[in-house]
Amino acid sequence: MALTDRPLTAPSADEQAQIEALRRGDEDAFMALVEKYHASLVRVAGLFVHDQPTAEEVAQETWLAVLRGLDRFEGRSTLKTWIFSILTNLAKTRARRDGRSLPFSALADDSEDEPAVDPDRFNPPDHATFAGHWSVEPRPWEDLPEDAALGGELRRVIREAIEALPPAQRMVISLRDIEGWGAAEVCNALGISETNQRVLLHRARSRVRNALERYLNPELSNK
Amino acid sequence: MTETRRGMTCKELVELVTAYFENALPDAERARFERHLSDCEGCTAYIQQMRQTIRLVGRLAEDDLSLEASEALLHAFRDWKQS
Repeated sequence: MALTDRPLTAPSADEQAQIEALRRGDEDAFMALVEKYHASLVRVAGLFVHDQPTAEEVAQETWLAVLRGLDRFEGRSTLKTWIFSILTNLAKTRARRDGRSLPFSALADDSEDEPAVDPDRFNPPDHATFAGHWSVEPRPWEDLPEDAALGGELRRVIREAIEALPPAQRMVISLRDIEGWGAAEVCNALGISETNQRVLLHRARSRVRNALERYLNPELSNK
Repeated sequence: MTETRRGMTCKELVELVTAYFENALPDAERARFERHLSDCEGCTAYIQQMRQTIRLVGRLAEDDLSLEASEALLHAFRDWKQS
């Protein structure tokens, strides 16, 4: 997870083949691309427009725009980056139109302190021997699903934790950890600095971890 | 050269975890971080939990393409071809 990862600046050989197949009107190539990206397009659209039917519409519009724009695609980015930049532009426009824009202040505002862990979990500064050390240590989580499908309750806890996040944090953790975008891609798409992105990611992940801990180790919470 | 600064506390470490995963800690701080980790079960458990959290969040990406969406797009493609 290198901080300095940059998006590839040209389509890969595979992508080049896909583009050519699309230009030839190859239906299988198109449906393979749809299979690969559509669900992700809908999820990312949903980060901007906030309801499923609209997110689905925006994703469908994106594919139309991709097909219409194929001739003009100059290969100055990867095919994936190009598709998702069309999506985010359409989603932002739609969100503005529907009066649901994420205010830029929400993305930039990280002035308030937000500790990753409840301060009560650490010894106070005047502790005789171990100031700042865990007063109640975290427990290793055992028996979490590895390769099996992420089951009902756990999935619900995580989904709810993410949905409860402030919008900017939800945006960043979704793009980084659900969609697997790199830091640079997220910064470009949202127009935020690397530092800002990292703070948002840090807070989001901390909140989700806390939610998981409350669920998995309820005995540790005093709330 | 020996690092003589006070060691990192657990409370400090938890705030640096994201930067650590991003390879964004300066070398000296990273060394302090790892030194603390090698000696602290609580923080080792915390890092493990954070990795698991990230992994589990990633599992939310398991949506299927709905049949309706798939058919709508196939029709859209055929229309485009003819236009």
